[in-house]
Amino acid sequence: MSTETAFPANAANLWGLANPTRFMAFANRAVPLFAVLSVLLFAAGLYLSFNAPQDYQQGYTVLIMFIHVPAAWLAMMTYSVMCVSALGSIVWRHPLADVSLRSAAPLGAVFTFLSLITGSLWGKPMWGTWWEWDARMTSVLILLIIYMGLIALAKAFDEPAEAAQPLAIMTLVGAPLLPIIKWSVDWWNTLHQPASVSRLEAPAMAPEFLYPLLTMALAYMALFFMLHLMAMRNEVLGRRIRAMKLRAARRKQ
Amino acid sequence: MTGLIKRELRIAWRAGGGAMTGVLFFLAVVTVFPFAVGPDTRLLTALAPAILWIGALLASLLGLDRMFAQEREDGSLDVLVMQSHPLMLTCFTKALAHWMVSGLPLVLATPFFGIMLNLSPLGIGATMATLLAGTPAISFIGAAGAAVAVKLPRGGMLISVLVLPLVIPVLVFGISAITGAMSDPAPFTAPFLLLCAITLFTSVLGPLAASIMLRHSAD
Repeated sequence: MSTETAFPANAANLWGLANPTRFMAFANRAVPLFAVLSVLLFAAGLYLSFNAPQDYQQGYTVLIMFIHVPAAWLAMMTYSVMCVSALGSIVWRHPLADVSLRSAAPLGAVFTFLSLITGSLWGKPMWGTWWEWDARMTSVLILLIIYMGLIALAKAFDEPAEAAQPLAIMTLVGAPLLPIIKWSVDWWNTLHQPASVSRLEAPAMAPEFLYPLLTMALAYMALFFMLHLMAMRNEVLGRRIRAMKLRAARRKQ
Repeated sequence: MTGLIKRELRIAWRAGGGAMTGVLFFLAVVTVFPFAVGPDTRLLTALAPAILWIGALLASLLGLDRMFAQEREDGSLDVLVMQSHPLMLTCFTKALAHWMVSGLPLVLATPFFGIMLNLSPLGIGATMATLLAGTPAISFIGAAGAAVAVKLPRGGMLISVLVLPLVIPVLVFGISAITGAMSDPAPFTAPFLLLCAITLFTSVLGPLAASIMLRHSAD
């Protein structure tokens, strides 16, 4: 009882999930839900995207935006999720926080890679170049390197549990990069265009483009939560298998 | 604190400590560049600040994996962790000592290498000033990386991969301050002050992260 009262009421809920069995039950229920949600949203988003009007300057290449922009948003959201997990891992030693951090890193790397690739494909017809060392692209490339470094760090330890603290600390040390990526288009003169959706005033984008974009963003988010829960489930199962193997090896001796 | 710095400097100056190895490595990097880009003086002059900064960056990264690993091997790390001083202050001191061994000699050697690369006196001054203000940040961030990798059996390469992306802002503002000093319309003071701000910021963040890490890894 005493451990429960040490935490506020909503944190007690999170601690309930610290029990792997309860978490697995939760994940088993949530994964199909997110799967259905992301399929529906992707269907709606892709339908809306393909029916969006041609841009008067960019023609059909504007369709790349509906893949590129949500991927870039998700790349940054994933790192935020990892930072929150890192805090949970350092401050509260929540056993699931490390699992969440570790399984989010490859997803973040893939989203970052996807945004870089689609941006490059979009940049060739629009700017006439695959790659430009401009502030936004360079900072996102650095984000990709950080993701790769964290994945390498997570795998570098003989005992997986030992990686928890180093991983969490390095994640938080890399956190100042997020605002740099967000505002890089405002701080430096860049080729990449400034933000046109998330502004304090009304978005500068026409609603015909805005609604498909937001639907696609929600679809990406549902996909991320599904994949993240699946990866966390795999990680928990992997740890169980490892523990069983160690126990079996000990019994053999 | 002064005792710890003295101890670090003594270790570095003893045989095998490798205080001069950093400068030698710096010399090697600077020498390799003219072979790679050709001995065109004008091109080398234009590239000189970048060459000097990259050389300093790589030389500072070199000794990082030994920052805490040696102490862990001979057991003195546990003594450092169990001291009554705040561990963060100890990490700050260790990082400062690392800078005095790896960063400061490079700053002092910069005029010599600047002349080799045909850099103007103003450019040499600007490069020295930015290196003096910027290289401590590399050591402070590096302390966090070194503490993370202290338990790793093969940490050397991984530390560089983890630390390099984080020191890119230092490089960006250092180079833009030098450009500001050497060409007229670009400002020198603004990027230089930002560089100093980064160094001050990392002097808190780096040792803090390193101390959390070390306290955890003490077994």
